[in-house]
Amino acid sequence: MTIANAGYLEATARQRVRRFFDAGSVHEWLGPAERVTSPHLPALEMPVAFDDGVVTGRATLEGKTVFFAAEEPEFMGGSVGEVHGAKLTGLLLRAARDKPAAVVLLLDTGGVRLHEANAGLIAISEIQRAVFDARAAGVPVVAVCAGSNGCYGGLGIVARGCDWVVMTEEGRLSVSGPEVIEAQKGVEEFDARDRALVWRTMGGKHRYLLGEADALVADRFDALRLAVASFFGRTRAIDLASVRAEHAALGRRLERFATAGDATDVWASLGVAEPKAVPMLTPGDFVAMADRVRERADA
Amino acid sequence: MLDPILLCSQLFPGGHDVHIEGERVVGTGLAKAGEVAVVGTHGHAAIGADLAFALATDVLEVIEKHPKRPILMLVDTQGQRLSRRDEMLGNPGYLSHLAKCFEVARRRGHPLLALVYGEAVSGGFLALGLTADKTYATPDAQVRVMALPAMSRITQIPIERLESLCRTSPIFGPGAEHYEKLGAIESLWSGDLAGHLEAALALPAGSDRRRHLGAERGGRTAAHSVVERMLAAP
Repeated sequence: MTIANAGYLEATARQRVRRFFDAGSVHEWLGPAERVTSPHLPALEMPVAFDDGVVTGRATLEGKTVFFAAEEPEFMGGSVGEVHGAKLTGLLLRAARDKPAAVVLLLDTGGVRLHEANAGLIAISEIQRAVFDARAAGVPVVAVCAGSNGCYGGLGIVARGCDWVVMTEEGRLSVSGPEVIEAQKGVEEFDARDRALVWRTMGGKHRYLLGEADALVADRFDALRLAVASFFGRTRAIDLASVRAEHAALGRRLERFATAGDATDVWASLGVAEPKAVPMLTPGDFVAMADRVRERADA
Repeated sequence: MLDPILLCSQLFPGGHDVHIEGERVVGTGLAKAGEVAVVGTHGHAAIGADLAFALATDVLEVIEKHPKRPILMLVDTQGQRLSRRDEMLGNPGYLSHLAKCFEVARRRGHPLLALVYGEAVSGGFLALGLTADKTYATPDAQVRVMALPAMSRITQIPIERLESLCRTSPIFGPGAEHYEKLGAIESLWSGDLAGHLEAALALPAGSDRRRHLGAERGGRTAAHSVVERMLAAP
């Protein structure tokens, strides 16, 4: 497969940015030429990246100005260090000030960069506050969780604090990753090598059926950009009514699926006719089926 | 580590009805400035879907019944609950929901304070504690992402190396004083806890100044300048 034909999943952050947004529209802030690197990795004799593993800037999508960030999957697992995190916070605060049509976060991360552990965790908390600031300013914030590392750790929480979450079947969204659960709780709790288990527990189709994701599309740039553009001009309030609605939905989810041992049990109790066939469905067929039975987190 | 009820007796010499409900610490304390709602955890609770939901219920009740009442988060969490079930049910959504409830409280005029009196670890701390306007800790509080032996195993950096780095940098190792140097913990409370609380309640909520504090204290020097550069970049 050539790069030109490859999907989003296998692409680098810069390939993603170039192919996601309108041709020639990408303008980077604090790009590699500025050499804004981690101040902490050299002390550990670790190599740095000239963008600290995240591409940030503005571009247009379907002709509308958006601010974007794209995490580089190949640099330390897309992890959040001090600089990486501050670029995301700065982008979101700038969005709250300048009010672009949307902020698009192409997340691809294991979460906190352990080599900068404390600074990474604090950075994620600052990103979370800044997401809420951008949303309060009326800017829709869209998280795309479709990358090869998945979207894990604190950024998994941050993604769900955005207005909208777009996923692919291959994308994963969770707080604790399979390896972390297995390492801490044992292989009986989670067998991280069981890829089918990983995908049905944390993958895009399950997240869409639960209402944790708002769109599920194929691993293709055209499909992903259409999904993101569909959220232009659509914001979700963060107010008492909206958290009340979410509270009711999350309470219902706990009740409905209290006895489910596996995601296939959740799908069966949702009324999916053939739970075992879900992984085989194309995104189009899946969404057509899922839209009849899926839970929602906001209603 | 302090028992949470004894802790409340020190925080609220004027009285309180804070009590334990399962893994939660909940109730109201009387400070000089007025009543303070307490929402928290004890026993190093792991925050999964059920506990995050229950805590969110507590926060929503304060918002609806007691407009603008200050909320004090009492934090003792070992982090997010590590389980297949919680992730299957959508732990990101539950933890994020708790953070959103605090955000709504903030925007409706509830001052948000947090006091870490036990452990504060990663995902649990993100939803309970780091969501406050200002976060404080007792000096013996255990604040961390991960213990050093586990960090050494995963990063393949020898533990002796990490221990030596911890002596010169607050970035790597556990400790409330590290988080204070980095600007995420405003200050450490010892001695007159009620006095500390009164002083904290008197401060305006303000915007997120943690990166400013981290730079001023010399513990986290890049974050603030990078944010400023992002805001100013041509």
